[in-house]
Amino acid sequence: MKRYRKYVLPYWKYFVMGPILMIVEVIGEVFLPALMANIINVGAANHDVSYILMTGGMMIALAFIMMAGGIGGNYFAVKAAVSFAADLRRDLFARVQDFSFHNIDSFSTGSLVTRLTNDITQIQNVIMMGLKLFLRAPGMMIGAVIMAFAINPSLAAILLVVIPMLAAMIMLIIRIGFPRFDFMQKKLDLLNSGIREALTNVRVVKSFVREDREEQKFAEANAQLKEAGLRAFKVVIFQMPVMMLAMNITTLAVVWVGGNMVLAGTMPVGDLTAFTTYIVQVLMSLMMLAMVLLQSSRAVASARRITEVLDTKPDLTDEDASDADAVIQKGDIEFRNVSFSYYKEREEKVLDHISFSITHGETVGIIGSTGCGKTTLVQLIPRLYDVDEGEVLVDGIDVREYSLKHLRNSVGMVLQKNVLFSGTILDNLRWGDEQADPEQVRAAAQAAQADDFIRSFEKGYDTELGQGGVNVSGGQKQRLCIARALLKKPRILILDDSTSAVDTATEAMIRRSFRTELKDTTKIIIAQRITSVMEADKILVLEEGRIVGEGSHRELMASCETYREIYESQMDKEVTA
Amino acid sequence: MPGPHANKKAMLATGRPKELRRVVKRLFSYLEKDRAKLVLVFFCVLISALSSLAGSYMLRPIINMLVSPEGSVKALAEGVAVMLMIYAAGIATQYLQARIMVQVAQDALQKLRNDLFCRLQRLPVSFHDTNRTGDLMSRFTNDVDAIGEMLTSTIVQILSGAISIVGTLALMLYTNIYLTVITVVMVPLMMKAGQTVANRSRKYYQRQQASLGALNGYIEETVSGQKVVKVFCHEEKALQEFEQYNADLKKNQIMAQFFGGIMGPVMGNLGQVNYSLTAVVGGALCVLKGFDVGGLAVFVNYSRQFSRPINEVSMQMNTIFSALAGAERVFDVMDAEPEQADAKDALVIEERAGRSFWKVSQNNSKYAFKLRDTTFRPEVVLQDVTFGYVPGKTILKHITLYAKPGQKIAFVGSTGAGKTTITNLINRFYDVDSGSITIDGVDIRDINRECLRRNVAMVLQDTHLFTGTVMENIRYGRLDATDEEVIQAARTASAHSFIMRLEHGYDTVLQGDGANLSQGQRQLLNIARAAVSKAPILILDEATSSVDTRTEKHIERGMDRLMADRTTLVIAHRLSTVRNADAIMVLENGEIIERGDHETLLTQQGRYYKLYTGLSELE
Repeated sequence: MKRYRKYVLPYWKYFVMGPILMIVEVIGEVFLPALMANIINVGAANHDVSYILMTGGMMIALAFIMMAGGIGGNYFAVKAAVSFAADLRRDLFARVQDFSFHNIDSFSTGSLVTRLTNDITQIQNVIMMGLKLFLRAPGMMIGAVIMAFAINPSLAAILLVVIPMLAAMIMLIIRIGFPRFDFMQKKLDLLNSGIREALTNVRVVKSFVREDREEQKFAEANAQLKEAGLRAFKVVIFQMPVMMLAMNITTLAVVWVGGNMVLAGTMPVGDLTAFTTYIVQVLMSLMMLAMVLLQSSRAVASARRITEVLDTKPDLTDEDASDADAVIQKGDIEFRNVSFSYYKEREEKVLDHISFSITHGETVGIIGSTGCGKTTLVQLIPRLYDVDEGEVLVDGIDVREYSLKHLRNSVGMVLQKNVLFSGTILDNLRWGDEQADPEQVRAAAQAAQADDFIRSFEKGYDTELGQGGVNVSGGQKQRLCIARALLKKPRILILDDSTSAVDTATEAMIRRSFRTELKDTTKIIIAQRITSVMEADKILVLEEGRIVGEGSHRELMASCETYREIYESQMDKEVTA
Repeated sequence: MPGPHANKKAMLATGRPKELRRVVKRLFSYLEKDRAKLVLVFFCVLISALSSLAGSYMLRPIINMLVSPEGSVKALAEGVAVMLMIYAAGIATQYLQARIMVQVAQDALQKLRNDLFCRLQRLPVSFHDTNRTGDLMSRFTNDVDAIGEMLTSTIVQILSGAISIVGTLALMLYTNIYLTVITVVMVPLMMKAGQTVANRSRKYYQRQQASLGALNGYIEETVSGQKVVKVFCHEEKALQEFEQYNADLKKNQIMAQFFGGIMGPVMGNLGQVNYSLTAVVGGALCVLKGFDVGGLAVFVNYSRQFSRPINEVSMQMNTIFSALAGAERVFDVMDAEPEQADAKDALVIEERAGRSFWKVSQNNSKYAFKLRDTTFRPEVVLQDVTFGYVPGKTILKHITLYAKPGQKIAFVGSTGAGKTTITNLINRFYDVDSGSITIDGVDIRDINRECLRRNVAMVLQDTHLFTGTVMENIRYGRLDATDEEVIQAARTASAHSFIMRLEHGYDTVLQGDGANLSQGQRQLLNIARAAVSKAPILILDEATSSVDTRTEKHIERGMDRLMADRTTLVIAHRLSTVRNADAIMVLENGEIIERGDHETLLTQQGRYYKLYTGLSELE
C-alpha cells in the first residue's frame, strides 16, 4: 500500500476535504431527529408555536447546509479519486514503456490492456465510494449511538447487543458468500473463453459440422455457471432479511422497554420516536460499511494485478552503461561466444556459443529453418534482449556500455511481426525521424520501392492507415516498414524476414538501392528465400542455435550441406533430381 | 478474403430508438414459464411492503396509548405482539421473494445465454466476417449482465417502491390531509431537481465514455505494437500522446462523476427539507388544531419513507436503461438471419461400411437418376460461377472448372484475386450469385448442408485450435477416431515428432489457441485434423505457408498420401507447392486467366511464368 502514497500526496487536500464535508451531512442527519423530538416534547407539549417555527426553520436551514456539504464532499471525493487514477494510469503506462522485450513477453497484450483500463477503473470506484462513506458511515453510526445514549442510556444499551450481532451476521454472510462469488467468477471466465473460442473458430466448427457439440459444451458450462450463481446469491439474499430482523427486533425492544418507561413516567414520548430514527441510522450505516467491505475486496484483486506490473523491474536498463556518451560511428559488429535462451531455467539454448564478425558496409544474409534462432540473434544487436553468456560488440564496444537511446537510434530494425499505427502514411514514416521534411520522407520511400504505390493512392502520403495498417496489402505494408526504418539513417540496418510478401523483382530493386544509397551501412538480412541473400557478402547458416556455415553463396554451396538442402528445396524438381 | 462490409443488413440497428415496448415484452417472454412464481413474488412483495407500512403505522396507537390515561403494560404488550407478527410476516415474505427471484432470474439468464449462443452457432459465416468478436463477446458479458441485474433486483425494487409510495400516500392521507399536501407539493419539486441533475450527468457521461473509448483504443494499439515502439525509441513520444488522452479523460470524468454523484445528496436532502417542513407544520397543527402527537410521530416517519422509494427508483432508472439497451443488442443478434434451411427433400450422403452413398427421397424428381447410381463420387464442378460479397462488387467472374475424383487442382494469384472465395463457396459458407457448383452432378444447394460439410475437409489459412489436449484437437476432425488413427494422422502431417517432444506428448493441453506452439507447428496440427477426417474432398488454403521450405519438403510425402484418394483444391502462395498439381488455375481479378499443368503454363510464358520466375509481384 505504501507505493500508492505518492498518488495521494499531491491531492491530499481533496482526500481530506471530501470526507470532512461529508461529515457535515452526517452531523445534520444526527441532529435533525433531535430537533424533531424537541418540536414534539417542547413545542407541542408547551403549545409554543414560535418555538416550533424557530426549530423548524433551523431544521430547514440545516437540510440546505447538509445538501451543500453533500455536494461539496462529492466534488472533492470525485476529484481525488479521478486524479489518483489518472496519475496511477500514467505511471503504469510509463512502466510498460520501460519494459524490455522480455518483460513484454511475460505479460500478454490483453492482460496489460485490462490492467491499464478496467483494473484502474475498479480502484477509482472504490476510492470514490470509500471517500464518500469513509467518515460518513462510522460517523453516522457513532453520532447516532451517542444521541441514543444521550436520550436514554438504559434504552440505548439494546444497541450494544444488536450492533455486534448484526455485524457478526453480515461478516458471516460475506465470509460464506465471497468465496462463492469468486467461484462464480471463475465459472464465468471459463464460459467466456469458451464463447471466444467458438466465435473465432467459427469456420472450423462449421466446416467439421460440430455446432451441436459446441452447443452442448456451452450448455454444460452455462448450467455450471447458473449453479454457481445460485449458490452465491442464496447467501447474499439473507442480507436484507437479516437487516430487517435486526431493525425490527430493536424497534420492538425499544417500544416495549421505552413504552414501559413512558408509562412509568421516566421518559417523554417524543424521545421514543427520535430513538427509533437513530436505530435505523445505526443499522443503515452498518449496511453501508458492509457494502464498502464487499467492494474493496474486489478492488484488492485489481490492486494486486496493478502492483504486479509496477513491481516488475525492467530487466534491461542502461543505468550501468559506462560509455553512455558513445555514439556508433561505423557499424562494425562482433559476436563473441554468445549464448542465449528465453527460459533461463531450461537447459536447451536458443543460441549456443555463437561467434562471428561483420565489417561496416557489408551485407550479411542469415538463413535457416523456423525456430533456429535467426530472429533472436539479430535482436541482440540493438539490445532488445541481453546475452546470457559472451558479448555483442558494436564498433568494438559492448552493447551494454552504450546508452539504449544512442544504440537503438543507430540500429534500424524491421521486425518480422511488424505494425503500422493509425494515422497517415506520412505520420507513420516519420516515426523514423520526426523532423524529416517531405523530401527526405520521399527519398526513403523511393529506396524502399514504396513511393510509387503511395502516390497511386488518392491522398498520397496523407492517406489514413487504419489500426494496424489494415488498408494496405501485405507487400505494401512491408515496404512501408522498411521505409520507416530507412528514415532513421541507421548505421546498422536489420531486415527480419521483411520482404516475404514482396515479389522477387521488387525485392531485387530494394537490394539495389541499398547497395547504392546505403553503401556504408551494415545490412543484415534474414530471409526464407535463398534468392534474397544470394548476393550478400557473407551468409550465415543457422541450425538449432549454432552457425553451421559461413561464407558466400558459392563457398556455401561447396562446403555446407544444410545450405545446399535449403537451396535445393527451393529450386526446380528437375534441378534437384 | 471476404469483403469487409458484406451483409450489412444484420446489425446496423444499435443506437436507433426502437420500439421499447417490443423489447420489454420479449424480455418478459423469458419469464413466461415462471409466471406462477412471479405471481407469488408479487404477493410476497405486496405483503412485505404492506407489513413495513403497517409496522410503522402501529406505532401510532401505541404512542397515543402511552400518552393517554388508559396506558397500561397489557395494552403495550398487545401492541408489541401485533407488531411482532407483522414484522415476522414482512421478513419471511422478503426472504421468500428474494429466493424465488434469484432462481427465476438465473433460469432466465441461462436460457437467454443458451439461445444467444445457439443462434450465433447457426448464423452464417458472413455474419461472423462482418461483426467483431470483441463486440459479440460484450453482448454475452456486459449486456447479459445488465439484464441480469435488472431481473434480479430492479423489478422487485420498483414493485415494492411503487407499493410503498402508494401505500404511504394512502396512510398519509388517512393520518392528516393538510400534512400530506406538503409532501404532494414537494414531490414534483424533487422530481424536477432530479431530472435536471440527470440530464446534466447524462451529457457528461457520454463525453466520459467517448474519451474512455479513445484512451482505451490508444492503449490497445500502443501496447500491441510495444516492440515497434521500443525499436524506434518512441517511448517518450508515446507517453506524451498518452498524457493528452489521459488528461482529457480526467477532465470529463470529473464532471460526469460529479453530476452522477450529487443525485444522492440533492434528492436526499430535499427529502430532509420535506421532513422538516412536515415537522413544523405538524407541530403547529398539534398546538392549534389538536392533532395527536402519535399521529405526528408516524407522519414524519412517513414523509421519510416517502422520499426513500422515490430516491431508489430514480437510482434504478440507469440500470433499467442499460438493461433495455443490452436486451436490444442481444435480440439484434437473435434476429439476424440464420443460414438458410435445407430443402425438405435435400439429398443426404450416408456412410455405410466405409463408403459413401447418396440417399434421395422418392419424390425428388430432379435427382431421380441418383436413385439408380448411388455411390458418392467426389467430383467437383464449377459452372460459370459469379459471386461478390457485396452487391455491385464482383469477386469471382464466370469461373468454370472440373475436378475429377482424386485430382489435385491448384489456385495461384495475388491477394484479392478470389482464391479463398472459391473455397468459401464449395463449403457453402456463402452461396453463389449465379452459375452453379455441383458435386457428383448434384447442385450443392440441393445437398443437406451438414452432409456436404462432413464430406469436405478444410485446412484454413488462419490456424485455429481449441483449449484441450493435442489428441482432442486432432480428433476434432472425426470424433470416433481411435487413438491409433489420431497418431497415424499426426504422422501423415509430420506432426508426430514435435508432438512427442511436447511435455506430455499427445496429452499436452493447448491453451489460448495453442499459444505455446509456433505458427508452423499449429499448421501441422491443422493438417492432422483434416487427415483424420475421412472426407473425400480436401481444401488446403495456404496450409503450409508458415512451414519453412525444408520442413515442407519433409512433409511432402505425407501430403501426397493425404491427397492420394481425395479430390483436393490447393491454394498456395509458394509456387513450389503446387507444381505437381493436375491443373493450376491462375486467378486475377476474379477470373481464371491461365490454366494447365506446370509444364504447359511455363511454356506459355504468360502470367504464371512471370510469377514463377519472380518477374511480377505476388501479394
